[in-house]
Amino acid sequence: MKLSFMLSEIASGLRRNLSMVVSVILVTFVSLTFVGSAALLQSQVGKMKGYWYDKVQVAIYLCSPNPETANCAVGGDGKYAAATAEQTKGIEEVLNSAELKPYVESFQYESQEDAYKNFQEQFGNRSMADSVKPEQLPASFRVKLVDPEKYDVINERFSSLPGVDTVVDQRQYLNTVFGIINTASLVAVIIAAVMLVCAVLLVATTIRLSAFTRRRETGIMRLVGASKAVIQTPFVLEGVIASAIGAILASGVLWAVLQFVVQDRLAQQNLNMAFIDPSEMLWVAPGLLIVGVLLAWGSSLLTLRRYLKV
Amino acid sequence: MIRFDHVTKVYDAPDKPALNGVDLEVDRGDFAFLVGASGSGKSTFIRLVLREERATRGSVHVAGTNVDALASWKVPRLRRNIGVVFQDFRLLPQKTVFANVAFAMQVIGKSRAMIKETVPQVLETVGLREKAGRLPHELSGGEQQRVAIARAVVNRPAILLADEPTGNLDPETSRGIMEILETINQNGTTVVMATHDDEIVNRMRKRVIELDHGKVIRDERGGEYHAVGDRLVLPSAGQAIAPFDSEEDEL
Repeated sequence: MKLSFMLSEIASGLRRNLSMVVSVILVTFVSLTFVGSAALLQSQVGKMKGYWYDKVQVAIYLCSPNPETANCAVGGDGKYAAATAEQTKGIEEVLNSAELKPYVESFQYESQEDAYKNFQEQFGNRSMADSVKPEQLPASFRVKLVDPEKYDVINERFSSLPGVDTVVDQRQYLNTVFGIINTASLVAVIIAAVMLVCAVLLVATTIRLSAFTRRRETGIMRLVGASKAVIQTPFVLEGVIASAIGAILASGVLWAVLQFVVQDRLAQQNLNMAFIDPSEMLWVAPGLLIVGVLLAWGSSLLTLRRYLKV
Repeated sequence: MIRFDHVTKVYDAPDKPALNGVDLEVDRGDFAFLVGASGSGKSTFIRLVLREERATRGSVHVAGTNVDALASWKVPRLRRNIGVVFQDFRLLPQKTVFANVAFAMQVIGKSRAMIKETVPQVLETVGLREKAGRLPHELSGGEQQRVAIARAVVNRPAILLADEPTGNLDPETSRGIMEILETINQNGTTVVMATHDDEIVNRMRKRVIELDHGKVIRDERGGEYHAVGDRLVLPSAGQAIAPFDSEEDEL
């Protein structure tokens, strides 16, 4: 069949079924927007992990007068004693040992004075900062791991050493944030799934209607010996074109959100945070297009098998 | 050209087959009338030739191929070799006469140049060259049927099947249609026409195959036919022009 003839058949099909075609476009548009949002949220989580995990480390807190755990020795006065210089040295030796070489990338000692300085920097504008004294804060080793997932190795090795109060994986603070984002993307995925089911059913109904209104043409096509592909292709393309338009609209909206909301506002207001940028759409948009086209293609073929005799 | 070997076709009721052990052969270039009361199996015969249905028992051969054994993707090729005309014309109402005939060529991928060359020739054969730009509803019933014939033969099929082609037409118009069918037959196309119209059958003096309750009860050359009793009450022309009755939905 000649391309121009095929195109004119498709155009007339789209015209005759205009309201159905518009609803297919809208439903695929909304559902693919949710699919795309879920993908972008995941990508944002990935970006934040990369950004923060570089900065966040494992902290080995040494004993201080206010320990978190009961690991610290009690001094002669019945109070908890701060880690001694020997204990600190011993910990440093273990960190430098060949045993931990494969895990530790670098480490840094933060004395009680350093901790006090950092504390003042972070909370200096609040009244409680005034009542904190350097000797109340624990000294610590900030350890940067080669693989942040290997936190357990450090924990196991150090938590029972004398002078160590507690070993903290600072990533756990981030996990709360990621938990929230993951929940949001899960919700987006669920909405997307429901909407995609709607889209598939709507494409099926549209194709069915279209097959019914064009049964004269297809009847004649069959009788004069048009092949199955020639008879079915205009119907399939009708659904595919409609959902491709939906995918393009969804990509446009997501791009606009990334550009004008994330990039121009959120990123400007939160300079110390990492945000995804509109270039993410370079992989999200083709993905949405493929999802939309495949769904429409599959559902129209299944419908045609039932409702269009060839 | 068409050969039926002990063909039996059962639809729903096994004790009432639509065709019952039919043996017959239509040679290349033949003109055969298929006559009989409604329900005698004429339409089933046509549907079996077109492979709209498969024989329950026996085999149907068309142009040397056993159509029952034909893979479904080869069925379009079979149908390109068969033209079909129906009682209700089945034209596309929003397409012109030219476009209706051209449609049959477009959907099997013929080139635009070939369509431009062939369609006017075929319209000339059926005497509608001047009306190529008209829409179906602007034509009389006889003219519409001639458009349908033009569409059926535009791809030069070896066989033309006509299912009651004059059923909606008055005797005068019917005669014109028969002349066209005869011309097509003289050009080498095998024509099989199912009809009730005894006047036409008797005037044409062609081969007559009479079916009754799914059996061939008579097959003679130059035969006659006298329809009895249950002749179809024909719908008025106005109703019949509305294309695509329930029968179409089955096809």
